Amino acid sequence: MAEASTRETYGKTLVELGRQNKDIVVLDADLSPSTMTSIFAREFPDRFFNCGLTEQNMVGVAAGLAASGKTVFVSTFVVFVVCRCFDQLRLCISQPELNVKIVATHGGITVGEDGSSHHAIEDLALTCALPSFTVVVPADAIETAEAVKAAASNYGPFYIRLSRPKTPIVYPEGYHFTLGKAVTVRQGKDATVIAIGIMVAKALEAADVLAREGIDCRVINMPTLKPLDEAAIVKAASETGAIVVAEEHLAQGGLGSRVAQVVTRRKPVPMEFVNLGDRYAVSGKAEELLQRYGLTAGDIAESVKSVVKRK
Amino acid sequence: MAKKLRRHVIAMTATAGSGHPGGSLSAADIITALYFKVLRHDPENPQWPERDRFILSKGHAAPILYAALAEAGYFPVAELATLRKLDSRLQGHTDKKFTPGVEMSAGSLGMGLSFAIGVALAARLDSKTYRTYVLLSDGECEEGQTWEAALSAAHFKLDNLTAIVDYNGMQLSGWVRDIMNLEPFTRKWQAFGWHSLDIDGHDFKQILSACQGAEKIKGKPTVIVARTIKGRGVSFMENNVVFHGKAPTWEEAERALKELE
Ligand SMILES: Cc1ncc(C[n+]2csc(CCOP(=O)(O)OP(=O)(O)O)c2C)c(N)n1
Repeated sequence: MAEASTRETYGKTLVELGRQNKDIVVLDADLSPSTMTSIFAREFPDRFFNCGLTEQNMVGVAAGLAASGKTVFVSTFVVFVVCRCFDQLRLCISQPELNVKIVATHGGITVGEDGSSHHAIEDLALTCALPSFTVVVPADAIETAEAVKAAASNYGPFYIRLSRPKTPIVYPEGYHFTLGKAVTVRQGKDATVIAIGIMVAKALEAADVLAREGIDCRVINMPTLKPLDEAAIVKAASETGAIVVAEEHLAQGGLGSRVAQVVTRRKPVPMEFVNLGDRYAVSGKAEELLQRYGLTAGDIAESVKSVVKRK
Repeated sequence: MAKKLRRHVIAMTATAGSGHPGGSLSAADIITALYFKVLRHDPENPQWPERDRFILSKGHAAPILYAALAEAGYFPVAELATLRKLDSRLQGHTDKKFTPGVEMSAGSLGMGLSFAIGVALAARLDSKTYRTYVLLSDGECEEGQTWEAALSAAHFKLDNLTAIVDYNGMQLSGWVRDIMNLEPFTRKWQAFGWHSLDIDGHDFKQILSACQGAEKIKGKPTVIVARTIKGRGVSFMENNVVFHGKAPTWEEAERALKELE
């Protein structure tokens, strides 16, 4: 599969948006060469603020700008904005429902060698817990561009999680993203894998392997975690009778928990979960870590087989 | 010894293919002075209750700390080659769970001084005579938490605490003065109630006498503002922001090691 950087796409999309809308302002915390807000900074130096290593301050500043009519994009690594600034996100952005878009990079354990301080594995639980926030995890660069544009044109708090490494392209050029809607990226009738982010490409790989073994597996990408596309989940549960959820996140509070809440209430079927469990990862190469912590196409395929047996 | 540690930093990061050489090299002389002259410690017994505590707040400078710990005898020097590899005890940022001699996990900037205050308060509670040292970067002096801690340490009159700032003037995306000016820096610490010293952070004698001087100050904590150069010791890394978080290629590493002979 071809690959592209979601971060680079983010930076370029910001420039595009900045040209269309003079009220777009971008904040970063000494990481613009990594988050790629540097591309926006070069083109619009007056609307870019490097807040230095003052993340909590930066979130408060974003709230003030937003309350004064700006559409504010805030970027740094996931851990430094979601984990460190949770109270600021809660009181300054979520509660007053301000127009701030947190677009953070280096989500998940594919951050790799930097180790557990930099692995962002609890961010989806935290941000999905914030009323008024829309939470999006794009599957590839094409969906990233779409999601960032949707964030700019829909009022309110957003959290978008991007990755460090380049990610496989799963969508054709011209793909149109609809906020709050799941996308069936592969049809199937024996079971459904619901995935986000880098796990979408892995789910497609798993479905190929399973097809050779006679299991016809559906794959759904659920880019919007919040609000969740409940109808798509109920439909998948009804039509395929088994669901596996795959995400680069801890077991609790992420996509798995959210999908399970819908399934148990509206259409109970057997479920399995592919995630990090309840543990921190260590330093290593991204691919090594995915292997070590059970986040490969093979792990998804195994989970599908066991969930099908329970039907 | 400082030169040896610098060589380790180059070799380790080149071998790992990632890591932070710039801020490791700027701290090399400070770390050398601490581990080989100042600290009372026992590499055979990393948990010795009477040991002086050293906390690396700027956790990305892990390579220079690992180099010092290895040369001091906490673990084999050969292990340095495993930096950042899967199952290594030498994680990308310092991790208390894995590495003998590492007092605290770090990697999110601005947290170390608070931890050091806790350690220094415990010494007072337990009537112990160990001293607590903490190394901060200038970048992390932008963090609010650093100044919350600065207030607290002075408020608690922690004269058993020495903070050292590796004031290399650079952070990740450029010069500190352009990104978030800290000046007048030393005067800020003074205003927060600290005893302060300005030194050349590459002058061994100045580092030693500053550390010794701090022990005599009563009733307040001491901060040593150590003026340093990011990438110090390798011409093409000095004051070069590119080498903040980029490992040298093998070719660059060879050139660097030559300069450090
Ligand atoms: C809270 C937090 N924000 C951002 C980062 C990412 N980061 C790592 S090092 C660094 C800047 C380094 O500058 P400085 O702190 O001055 O370190 P030094 O120059 O001594 O290496 C940044 C932004 C981080 N580790 N922690």
